[in-house]
Amino acid sequence: MSGRLEVWLFAAQRLSAMILAPLVLLHLATMIYAVQDGLSAAEILGRTRGSVFWGGLYALFIAAASVHGAIGLRAVLREWTPLRGAGVVAMAFCVAILALGWRAVAAIT
Amino acid sequence: MSAMDEAAKTLQVDIWRGGAQGAFQSFTVPHEVSQTVLDVVTYVQRRLDPTLSYRFSCRVGMCGTCAMMVNGRPRWTCRTHVDRIADDGRIAIAPLRNFPVIKDLAVDMTAFFDKWRDAGARFQPRDGAADSFANVDPNSPARRAASDAIECIGCGICHAACDVVSWNPDYLGPAALNRVWTLVNDERDADPAAHLAPVAGDAGCHACHSQQGCAVHCPNSLSPTASIAGLKRQTLAALFRGQL
Ligand code: SF4
Ligand code: SF4
Ligand code: FES
Repeated sequence: MSGRLEVWLFAAQRLSAMILAPLVLLHLATMIYAVQDGLSAAEILGRTRGSVFWGGLYALFIAAASVHGAIGLRAVLREWTPLRGAGVVAMAFCVAILALGWRAVAAIT
Repeated sequence: MSAMDEAAKTLQVDIWRGGAQGAFQSFTVPHEVSQTVLDVVTYVQRRLDPTLSYRFSCRVGMCGTCAMMVNGRPRWTCRTHVDRIADDGRIAIAPLRNFPVIKDLAVDMTAFFDKWRDAGARFQPRDGAADSFANVDPNSPARRAASDAIECIGCGICHAACDVVSWNPDYLGPAALNRVWTLVNDERDADPAAHLAPVAGDAGCHACHSQQGCAVHCPNSLSPTASIAGLKRQTLAALFRGQL
């Protein structure tokens, strides 16, 4: 059973990486483009408010990042600490990132 | 410098003495042309201190028994020339990392080979296999994958080089996983896919970081990393097929 879990986590890690790679690039490109005219809250909100595209994009970004980060955190905790419940900690981390991230997305769209 | 001058020099050799608790002891050994690290250890044992314990057998890189840490790196000592690794005439020789020390340079390989067993790294012939020859296409992808991984001499050098082994004593390790990969690709095996489940656990192939410490140090230039990556792919495929 633990074997199946490891394989699912492996699949989730690869899949989230595949989603993250283009999104990170797009995020960076947008940032570089956005700061050209000076960075202001109004300018950012002007772009994101009411935009299904940007809202959806960042919601997906956060979902992928929370999964990817949590699986990595689990591995680090298991190898570097004697902690027993690394899976539980990683799960809590994933939920926290999701909640905080989606809250932020909701606030700017 | 002529070969004569070269040979006239001496080497300062620090050799680990004792068990897990112990210390390095220094010896002065004459430097010879084409001398191997195993020659150095043998000289010390035959001429300077007969109580020195170490292990070797074939002296030609086939048996995998002579591995030791040489100036901090795991190496097969019978095929490692002193001239290539001596650091200004100094050599430090220690027992293989990640293995319990029995005495001096001899380590206990029991747990290492138990992992091969736990990984299911054992060929199971098909029924009736003894009745005829198996026709294996030498160019099939599976045969090629097996060929790339098969020349393992069980020396334990990859196991010594692997940090994940030192962090997680349960990790099956590069050598056992590499061996399993050859069986997954062996069409003579009774059930190649059955070799995947034992290595899919949290101490199996998914614990590997793909950093290739094993591949860099393997004296036969194998890449356990590549074999383990293959196991990761095949376990994923097996999961989707409902075979895990
Ligand atoms: S690639 Fe994997 S098996 Fe090889 S040394 Fe790194 S963690 Fe260990
Ligand atoms: S894979 Fe290479 S380093 Fe590891 S045991 Fe086999 S021969 Fe030695
Ligand atoms: S003594 Fe056999 S491999 Fe070195």
